[in-house]
Formats: sequence, structure tokens, C-alpha cells
Amino acid sequence: MFVSSANAASTTETVAQTDTHGTPEPAVPGATPDAHAAETHTETGVPHQQGVFPPFDSSHFASQILWLAVTFAAFYLFLSRVVLPRIGGIIETRRDRIATDLDQAARMKQDSDDAFAAYEQELADAKKKAGGIAQTARDEAKAKADAEQADISAALEKKLSDAEASIAAIKDKAMKEVGTIAEDTASEIVKKILGGSIDKASISAAVKAVRG
Amino acid sequence: MSNDPIHQFHITKWIPIDLGGIDLSFTNSSAFMVATVGVASAFLYLTSSNRGLIPTRLQSISEMAYEFVASTLRESAGNAGMKFFPFVFSLFMFVLVANMLGMFPYFFTVTSQIIVTFALALLVIGTVLAYGFAKHGFKFLGVFIPSGVPAPLLLLVVPIEIISFLSRPISLSVRLFANMLAGHITLKVFAGFVASLSALGALGIGGAVLPLAMTVALTGLEFLVAFLQAYVFTVLTCMYLNDAVHPGGH
Repeated sequence: MFVSSANAASTTETVAQTDTHGTPEPAVPGATPDAHAAETHTETGVPHQQGVFPPFDSSHFASQILWLAVTFAAFYLFLSRVVLPRIGGIIETRRDRIATDLDQAARMKQDSDDAFAAYEQELADAKKKAGGIAQTARDEAKAKADAEQADISAALEKKLSDAEASIAAIKDKAMKEVGTIAEDTASEIVKKILGGSIDKASISAAVKAVRG
Repeated sequence: MSNDPIHQFHITKWIPIDLGGIDLSFTNSSAFMVATVGVASAFLYLTSSNRGLIPTRLQSISEMAYEFVASTLRESAGNAGMKFFPFVFSLFMFVLVANMLGMFPYFFTVTSQIIVTFALALLVIGTVLAYGFAKHGFKFLGVFIPSGVPAPLLLLVVPIEIISFLSRPISLSVRLFANMLAGHITLKVFAGFVASLSALGALGIGGAVLPLAMTVALTGLEFLVAFLQAYVFTVLTCMYLNDAVHPGGH
């Protein structure tokens, strides 16, 4: 119905537009124009609903407001009760999850740092201990070696002094025997040369005098 | 009629309803309001129904819309303004989806009706006034007194502030309405050139290339405008709500 009347009115549309241009016309409420009426009215310059620019047609205002209120209120209720809490919840859950994961990662990093520090500490202790053991072993070996060296040198010292003592004894003895040998030799020489014997006492006195 | 750029704004009655002489018919406009709400609700509901920790593409669109409006509101009105979030988000989605649906050929553009945008703007200003007075009482009038202005100048500034406050619903509604209306008329006019030039024969078809290219370019521009006007409407709503939350804060 409307389309056909609008079709018919389209020829007069331009006329109506120029007539009503610039002046917001009070539309006639409730009037349902037919095309011919629109034509005559617009041509006589009387403003008519059909000539009103559609968005300014106040006869539909009440219906538009009502349906806007109904649909927007329903939309608002649906969004605020159902959709927005849900999307907000999704985002919130994700944020919490990320925060938890980050916390956990930080905690794990802390754990690994602690473990590394403990490992370093143990390694340092072990090194220190190993150094200690080596030092002790070295010290012990050195002490033992020193002691043995001391023993050996003491023994050598003793042997040396014994040897010296025996040499001195042998020397004394030999020296003593040198006098006897000299007396014997001298008495033999005298006997041979002089052909007689001389008493022993004068010979040993002579040897003693020679030896001094 | 096919070339009449105004025809697309005509309202046709689908189910006539008359209540005590007031025409409350279910019209094509009403149908597209229902469609707007239906499409927006269904999209937001269905895309978020998986509640995925790792969002799908469609779910991330819903989340982006959520965070976009949330950050816009938080930036202008602070955390105290977040109680209006469902309202602002509904407004944004309603205007955006209505604008986008209007881009389909043969579809009706709800936001090209001044009464619709004006009703939405009045809803915003009404919310600002109601919340402002309920929360701050007469201190809410401090919104008309800018801080740091010497007393003699206030005589001049306060009336200007009052006038600017009163003109807000008008500018808010007319901006959206005029953008959608003008864009759709321009599109229709250029598309009409294509049709009428093509009817003139071979030369006309050659000449029709120009308005056709223009129509394609304008369609892209109109999609931008459809989003931008929804965003502008939302941003201004947030700024006005800021006045209700923090009167005298500017």
C-alpha cells in the first residue's frame, strides 16, 4: 500500500521538497494521505506528511521510541546479566592464570638459583676439604721423611764416630808397635854391625830419644 | 522510485498497532532494532560460550570490543565510572551494529532516524543528570563552574557552560544521525548515477565507470564512518559520564 502511494507521490516529491524545504513542518498526525491528496496539497503549498523528510516524520516517533526502549532495554539486560559477566570472567580468569604462571615461574627460578648456590657451596667445601686432605698427607709424609732422614743420619753419625774410634785405637796400637819394631830392628842392626849384643834397656832408651 | 535517495529512510508498517490513538506499529525500523539487538547479542553470546583460555578468532573480537570500551571508559571517567560499563558497552554495540547493518543493500538504518539517536542521547544525558544529582546533590551544579576562573568572569562563563551542557544531547544525536543519513544519501545518489547513465547506451556505460568507482570508494568510507561514529558516540558518552562521576573536575 505504502510503496504504491509513495510511487505515485514520487513525481511530486521534488515539488514537495522545495515547498517544505528549510522549514520544519508540523506533520499532521494520524493522517493517512493517499497519493492524489498529497499531490494536491503539496501543489497548493500546504505541508503534508507525504512531503515530510522521512526521518523528521513525527507520526512514527512514538512507535520508534517504544521499540527502541523495548529492544535497548532487552539488549542492556541481556548484556549486563549474561554476556558481560561472562566475557569479564574469561578475561579475569586468563589474567589470574597468567599471574599464577608467572609466580610459579619466579618461584621455580628461585628454587633453581638456590640449588645452584647450594651446589657451588658444596663444590667449594669439597675443594677445601680435598685441599686439607692433601695438605695433611703432604705434611705427614714430610714429617715421616724428616724423621727417617734424622734416624739415618744419626746412625751414620754413630758409625762414623765408631769408625773414627777404631781407627784411633788401631793407630795407637800401631804406634805402640812401631816402638817395639824399631827397638827390634835397632838391636838387630847393632848386632849385625857391631857383632855383639846390647842390652835392651839402652836400645829402647835410644829409640825413645829418637822418636821424641 | 529506484533512484530516489530518500526512499531508503521511509518507514513502513509491518504489524499495525494502535493504542488509544497513538501509533505504536511494529515497523521496518522496529524490525531492524530487533535485528540489531539479535545480531549483537547472538554474536557476543555465541563467541564467548566456549570460555576459552586461549580465545578463538571470534572470541577475541568480543574480548577486544569489551576491553576497547572498558579502556575508553576508564580513561575518561576513571574506575568510579566503571559502574556504567554495561550501559556504555550496550550503547556502543547497539550503535555499531545498527550502523553496520545499515551498510547492507535494502537494509534499513536505524541510526539514520533522528528520533532514535535523540532518544539515545537523552538517555545518556538523563543518566548523567540522574546519577549526578543522586550522588552529589546540589554539588553536581559545580559542573557548570570551571575551576580557576575569576569570579567576575563566572557571570559570563557559567551561562556558556549551561548552554553547552544543554546542547550536548542535540550535538550528540545530530552528529550520528547526520553522518549516517548523509553517507547513505551520497551512496544512493552515486549508485543512481551508475544506473541512469548505463541506460543511455554505450557511451553512458563508459561514463558510468566514474560514479561506480566513486560508489566503491564511498562504501569503504561509509564502513569507516559507521565504526567511527559509534566510537565517537561512545567516547562522548564517557566524557559526559565523567561529569556525573566527578563534577567540577575540569
